[in-house]
Amino acid sequence: MKKKRAKWGLLFCLPFVIVFLVFQLYPIIYSFYLSLTYQESNNTFTFIGFGNYTELAQDKVFWKSVLNTWKIWLMCFIPQLIAALILAVLLTQYHLKAAGFFRAVFYLPNLVTAASIGALFLAMFSWQTGSVNNILLALGIIKEKVNWMSSPAFAQGITSFIQWWMWFGYSSIILTAGIAAISQDVIESSIVDGANSWQRLFKITLPLLRPTMVYVLVTSLIGGMQTFDIPMTLSKGSAEPNKSLMTMVFYLYNMAFRNHDYPYGATISYGLFIIIVVFSLLFFRVMYGRKDKE
Amino acid sequence: MKKRVSIILIYILLIFLLLICVFPFYIMIINATHSTQELYTGLQIIPGRYFFENMGHLTDSVNIARGFGNSFYVSILSTALSIYFGAMTAFGLFEYKFKLKKLIYTLLMVSMMVPGQLGIIGLFRLSRSLNILDTYWPLILPSVANSSTIFFVYQYLNIAMDDDLLDAARIDGSTEVELFHKFVLPLSKPSLATMAIFNFVAYWNNFFTPMILLFSEEKFTVPLIVNNLNNGMLQDLGAMSAAIAISILPIIILYAVFSKAITEGMMAGAVKG
Repeated sequence: MKKKRAKWGLLFCLPFVIVFLVFQLYPIIYSFYLSLTYQESNNTFTFIGFGNYTELAQDKVFWKSVLNTWKIWLMCFIPQLIAALILAVLLTQYHLKAAGFFRAVFYLPNLVTAASIGALFLAMFSWQTGSVNNILLALGIIKEKVNWMSSPAFAQGITSFIQWWMWFGYSSIILTAGIAAISQDVIESSIVDGANSWQRLFKITLPLLRPTMVYVLVTSLIGGMQTFDIPMTLSKGSAEPNKSLMTMVFYLYNMAFRNHDYPYGATISYGLFIIIVVFSLLFFRVMYGRKDKE
Repeated sequence: MKKRVSIILIYILLIFLLLICVFPFYIMIINATHSTQELYTGLQIIPGRYFFENMGHLTDSVNIARGFGNSFYVSILSTALSIYFGAMTAFGLFEYKFKLKKLIYTLLMVSMMVPGQLGIIGLFRLSRSLNILDTYWPLILPSVANSSTIFFVYQYLNIAMDDDLLDAARIDGSTEVELFHKFVLPLSKPSLATMAIFNFVAYWNNFFTPMILLFSEEKFTVPLIVNNLNNGMLQDLGAMSAAIAISILPIIILYAVFSKAITEGMMAGAVKG
């Protein structure tokens, strides 16, 4: 009976398999092949081995884009994790009636089109008409309007802030779910043993939350390394000032789709992939240490 | 007493964060109702009377209604495909024992873990050789293989599916295909609804892929139009604010209706994942 039905399992999975192979796996493999070629003309590619990768390793613009991406990600991720942790712990410990409402509002920015968010913040931080300058001026915090988007440091800072704004609510929901999953028995027995709430936080909640934090860290790393939408709209497609908003994917986009250099674009995408894989593994290692092997 | 003080402090923190979250949207709505001249004179904090005029300027320079139509078309079709085939694949993996099952699991994992941009140039070149560049095909078709949906529904089936029910239906003469449509789809409805909301939002917001695959402006989705306007096509500040505001509106309405389902769905996914 079971055997007779076995073909149905495969049949039901077939659409997934076909579409995955054609639209996901094949493009990935084809990209790799392209990264090993030289583009003679629009449609002729000659195999050259790893030449593009040695070029990439010496490409100053690429390393600048790596640095920019990391700066923007770190300036966003660290405050994001701190805010999310504080929120998750507080909202779980004090059973506030309005917790659900606040969580819902904090998550809202995550759902909105990044292209619109970039345009919105660009308008808010615009030099002459932006609301931020108007408010700071009205409050007497600044004496003259600041030209935010002409400074690389501000441009990167604003990008990080936007990403923080979009993601802290999401992270806090994930961490809340992680805290909720911690067994109530462990917590109760610690109360019986006389642990106060600080001890509980540092000795029980945070250590047991480690897998969830690794999840947040690694997914944020993967997303952060692919940052593109906000820098694109915030800089009106220019990556300026001083190429400070040139992230890795932005560089990939410029090379492949503005300069039509597909092999080099594909090489950048694999460079990006290698960085993601290496650091994901590293973070897993650091966060779990040797205990994982038990 | 001490507890009351901490609760007040927590509320202050929460309200502070709330203001940060809501403020940009507030400014966006206010600015959408003021003329460009008014916006140049300084900060506006109360609504003005220029919304319809701004909308007029906006629709003069771009066919935003068409953009909405395109966005709905792509997002709804993609969502429907991702849900239907996601449930089908999940059921196939859940219910049957067959030879290639392990391999398909592996494919599923690969699909979940590989970053989206890795194959983007390959996808572009593939679409070009298939002659489907500047069409919606390469945007919509890949949603048949939406791995996170498959994974989520699979988890749900493990908890909610009753094998006896399926066997009873088989004895009554249902074919496997009927089984899927009559029992599995209705039974997994809660998980499908959650994934439908998430996928719709994701497809609606999709920016990078359509930007690369679409060229004709009449085919542009809302994010592409906003990007174009932002890049200098629209100099009128009031109209630009109106464009941003209405591009965000559908998602905000969707969220107002489904926010509970969305946040709960996220938590459910997080605990299992």
